[in-house]
Amino acid sequence: MATVTKVAAAPTETPARPGPRRGRPLRWLPLAPATVMLLLFLGGPIAYCVYIAFTNMQLTGASSTDFVGLDNFQRAFGDDDFRNAVVLTLVFTLLSSLVGQNTLGLALAALMQRASRPVRTLTGAIVIAAWVVPEIVAGFLLYAFFRREGTLNALLDWLGLPSQNWLYTLPILAVSFANVWRGTAFSMLVYSAALSEIPKEITEAAEVDGAGGLSRFWHITLPMIRRSIGTNLMLNTLQTLSVFGLIWAMTRGGPGNRSQTLPVFMYDQAFNKSLIGYGTAVALLLLLVGALFSVVYLRLMREEV
Amino acid sequence: MRPTAPLILAATLAATAGLTSCGGGSGSDPDTVKVVYNRSTDNKIRFKDNHLAEVKKQFEKANPGKKVKLVPIQAQDNDYATKVQQMMRSPKTAPDLVYEDTFRINSDIKAGYLRPLDDYLAKWKTWDQFVDTAKAAAKAEDGKTYGVPDGTDTRGLWFNKKIFAKAGLPADWSPKNWDDILKAARTIKQKVPGVTPLNTYTGKAPGETSVMQSFEMLLYGTGEAGGNPLYDPGAKKWVTGGKGFQDALSFLRTVYSEKLGPDISDALDPNVGTTVFSEWLPEGKLAIALDGSWLGQNWLKTGGKPWPEWSKTLGQAPMPTQNGQAPGKVSMSGGWTWAITAKSKNPDLAWKFIQQLQTKDNAVTWDIVDAQIAVRKDVAQDPKYTSSMPGITFFTGLVKYTHYRPTTPVYPQVSTAIGEAMEAATTGDASPEKAAKSYDDQLTSIADGATVAASGQG
Repeated sequence: MATVTKVAAAPTETPARPGPRRGRPLRWLPLAPATVMLLLFLGGPIAYCVYIAFTNMQLTGASSTDFVGLDNFQRAFGDDDFRNAVVLTLVFTLLSSLVGQNTLGLALAALMQRASRPVRTLTGAIVIAAWVVPEIVAGFLLYAFFRREGTLNALLDWLGLPSQNWLYTLPILAVSFANVWRGTAFSMLVYSAALSEIPKEITEAAEVDGAGGLSRFWHITLPMIRRSIGTNLMLNTLQTLSVFGLIWAMTRGGPGNRSQTLPVFMYDQAFNKSLIGYGTAVALLLLLVGALFSVVYLRLMREEV
Repeated sequence: MRPTAPLILAATLAATAGLTSCGGGSGSDPDTVKVVYNRSTDNKIRFKDNHLAEVKKQFEKANPGKKVKLVPIQAQDNDYATKVQQMMRSPKTAPDLVYEDTFRINSDIKAGYLRPLDDYLAKWKTWDQFVDTAKAAAKAEDGKTYGVPDGTDTRGLWFNKKIFAKAGLPADWSPKNWDDILKAARTIKQKVPGVTPLNTYTGKAPGETSVMQSFEMLLYGTGEAGGNPLYDPGAKKWVTGGKGFQDALSFLRTVYSEKLGPDISDALDPNVGTTVFSEWLPEGKLAIALDGSWLGQNWLKTGGKPWPEWSKTLGQAPMPTQNGQAPGKVSMSGGWTWAITAKSKNPDLAWKFIQQLQTKDNAVTWDIVDAQIAVRKDVAQDPKYTSSMPGITFFTGLVKYTHYRPTTPVYPQVSTAIGEAMEAATTGDASPEKAAKSYDDQLTSIADGATVAASGQG
């Protein structure tokens, strides 16, 4: 990969040398402080994290830190709890980001296009309110909603339906729902913007040609907002992969480890068990999962263009 | 143009270096002792804060020009420890004095966070007043002492006499074995509906509360491995989960599967400890609680949940051994110590503050307001202490039967592994045998293979 980009970049660099080269340092000058800051405060910690992941650093119980090579990674792949966390993370991401936030956001945006102004304002306000609430507050709100004496069970009781201890019986579903509740606003905003960009003439032309609502949506609207879908999916997924506060406040990864996604698992290893090295290695693996998702989405977007 | 870039780089670096050193500088004032302690998560409980504020006032008056900066951390025990360990890692954030649970002290010593106090202790007359077990509690494997303990605790069964009367059980209840406890709980479930018969903490969320207060109270009562069911001090090896380990898990499984305990979702709530003393016991919703000697503190006039009638309503019974085998009773003890951090810049001043905390009057007041069992002979004899609270003589009497947790650096990790085994067994995710097996696997990796099998009844 690296060699390919180098080779591709070389021909464009070489002929340009005599002319604009002299001006280049000047153009970089205003960026220098920012670059230094980025290297110092972003690059530094990341490099340090990568280093820790290959050591056996502990928060307590050991004074020395040794380089252990790939031990932490080997340990992760042999650890049932790690595998459990990977599966739960995928379930959580699929349910709450791909299916939940994305679809619901699109549906809301499409419906709001046709709604009357007051309805649009009201819906927008409610959905966005859920988004502005800090993650930890949202976590406690939804904990109160799902807990045994919570709002959801009170509603079910009132409807004559059997109540459930949701956080105990279906913890991963409950936290997924919480993430949908919190994150849908973002998708809705992205799609609202994308939908309003579609020229009216095209929709009208399709209508004249006799295309129904559903077929118009499928053949005109969706292809035209494909780029937005890609961007939105990518941002959603990355955000969902790193959700921690919401799950921590609602279930702490429990009961057992039935809602222990990778970020919660990582915290548990690093801070409850004091295994900073192992926890950091898990964090790097999580980064890798995010990178994989991003590559897939970028591919999808590129094909379309 | 060229020199400009390095110049800017240098300027930026200088600026950031200036910024960071500025931030760190504020923590190392030579005239200020920075004291970190854990504040109760119950906002109504502030006696620790009040006591420390009072000692701070005395200290600042006695040492003109010196200041005490109290840094409360309001968190669960596990989170408190994590936060303090992070602070102690760096000289920029390290406080001078920390309040440490004895079971974490060895782990933090091994990590190089704490400073030996032997030089100070040698010159300190008051140290002779401390009982030997307490002195040992803060002594590391290297033979040096790293903390001054300010009290201990014991554990037993608290029961509600009114509920017992309704269920036809005696007011001087004293179970002889585990079955007696279960029998009483079943009777209550049958005869007094709407009341939770028995609370034994369980699972990961309550942290050390469930591991020590519930699991180890059971495990040490099985008498397995010659009375050292977790760690063999002779062989310096950890003991893998034997029959006693599984029996203790089975007991918990029985309590929760027969619904003799609280609803599992309440039991796994990280704040369940607070709920027990502030709601369930005072409101008569819980019949038996396996809990600590300090509960009474919350019900004093100055406590978080004043409940004057509690001494008439509640009785105490010692926790029996599994089958009533000798010595018949079992208790676990812990306690907290004041320790000076390795990276402290004012150790001498911090030591002075410890001395201020340990004047006889302050030590008596502290053991009374925090409902601690005294670790100093002069305090234990003080009439103010002995009359401070009904039940205090009962719990002081348990000291004879008490056990201390293994004081090795990896104990906190072992504790987490036990919490997981408890949670798996309680929720029914795994059978007690399977949970014990997965504990063994974790233990082997934690102890780096230094384990030994439990060798039956000892």
